[in-house]
Amino acid sequence: MIILLIVIAALVVYVIAAYNSLVSAKNNVDNAWRQIDVQLKRRHDLIPNLVEAVKGYMTFERDTLTQVVEARAKAVNAPDQASRLAAENQITAGMGKILAVMENYPQLKADQSVMQLQEELTTTENQIAFSRQAYNDAVLTLNTKTEKFPGNIIATNFGFKGAEYFKGAPEDQAVPKVDLGLTPRA
Amino acid sequence: MPAASDFRALERANRRETVILVGVFILLFVAIGCGFDFIAGTLQIHQGHLYGAPVFMVIALIFASVQSMISYFGGAPLILLSVHAQPLTPDSSKHQMVLDVIQEMAVASRLPVPKAYFIPDSSPNAFATGRNPQHSIICVTQGLIDNMDREEMQGVIGHEMSHIADYDIRTMMMVAVLVGGIAMLSDFMVRLSFFRSGDRDSDRDSGGGLIVILIVVLAVIAPILSQVIAMAVSREREYLADASSVEFTRNPRALLRALQRIAETESPLKEGTRGTAHLFIVNPLAANADDEGGFLANLLSTHPPLRKRIERLQAMLGAPAAATPASGGV
Repeated sequence: MIILLIVIAALVVYVIAAYNSLVSAKNNVDNAWRQIDVQLKRRHDLIPNLVEAVKGYMTFERDTLTQVVEARAKAVNAPDQASRLAAENQITAGMGKILAVMENYPQLKADQSVMQLQEELTTTENQIAFSRQAYNDAVLTLNTKTEKFPGNIIATNFGFKGAEYFKGAPEDQAVPKVDLGLTPRA
Repeated sequence: MPAASDFRALERANRRETVILVGVFILLFVAIGCGFDFIAGTLQIHQGHLYGAPVFMVIALIFASVQSMISYFGGAPLILLSVHAQPLTPDSSKHQMVLDVIQEMAVASRLPVPKAYFIPDSSPNAFATGRNPQHSIICVTQGLIDNMDREEMQGVIGHEMSHIADYDIRTMMMVAVLVGGIAMLSDFMVRLSFFRSGDRDSDRDSGGGLIVILIVVLAVIAPILSQVIAMAVSREREYLADASSVEFTRNPRALLRALQRIAETESPLKEGTRGTAHLFIVNPLAANADDEGGFLANLLSTHPPLRKRIERLQAMLGAPAAATPASGGV
């Protein structure tokens, strides 16, 4: 009898602990997503400034610039998460190209406000990359917890689902760092 | 972050070390206070019995406890004061870049953004301090800002963020402030005991001389002891923080290049003192950070040789020539 009680008590303790760890794993994912969201919104706000700043200079990067502006519109009006992320990945790819090309324009680099904008864009791109990395780590933890036995029993019973990874664009994976060598050495 | 649980384990180890450190510190002071009691005659031994009130011992206990509290809550400002650090503001594009990189690494490590400070010194170096990640500070030298590009700065700041993540900063801060306190007190004691032994000669010279010797020995031992503590809690941490920096940046090359550049431009930091040396990313006291030294130099150093750290980072890069000297480069 006592043994049975102990077993039941141990089981209850385990279920509570497993449930709580699932809740915190899920909150970590939500929190990490909010971090990305903040950075993506910041980038959306910076794109008009970028267009304004380089309007007069970059005649041959017009295509990329148009592409970024269109992708931004798509991302803002995206009906679902997947299409939004696809659009954001397009912006990331275009932004990497624009930031690299900006280096070739001495007139741009002489402009103090353009330099400031470039720094802001670079750090935003980096923060998107780092927060995506943190988000994917959080998703990995949550998914492992919901899939591994016996945690998966509790996850199914309480309706916990794994989360989607934020995958990068193909170009993005080939060149994981946006800022490599972009900043001139002092 | 696969290392999240590792960081928690390191945090527990650091909490344990901090408690031991404060305990030893208080005991040391109580012992010194006890010595004072015997000198001043407030404690006396007559035929195996103890007489008197341990006034100095109680004062020392209170002093040590208060000092520990001050170290915990006010240690970071004290350290910043002692190295003449100033708040880092976005007054130039390079300073803005450093602030941005700190923000980036805070995102990568999922920690609150530390406050940024800088030391106007041309030697490239950096340290982090504070009592927890919510009250953390990252301090870089102007030399680091001038010599690092963005990628290298990420490596260095990533190293500091991992010291913050595993609470190294708290242990190191307590060591810095308490060690400073011990050094101060032992200097004071040496002066006092010489003074006392001078006017004591006329009275009598039985037990007094022995206690003076004891005090002098303690005064000599205390700074050595503090040095041993500082080095014991420091060296493995540097390797660990290097590894975690790579985890945050996912880019071994960043810190590797930063350390190689520091090794090239090494010059001693003027603000680096015996009490704070162990806080910095590279030893500010070494004339040359590449210096390997002998066994004794290694034993008394707060940092592993820079060359070994560079080698370990090269191994992470998967470079086949990891065992060749750093000059081989990447």
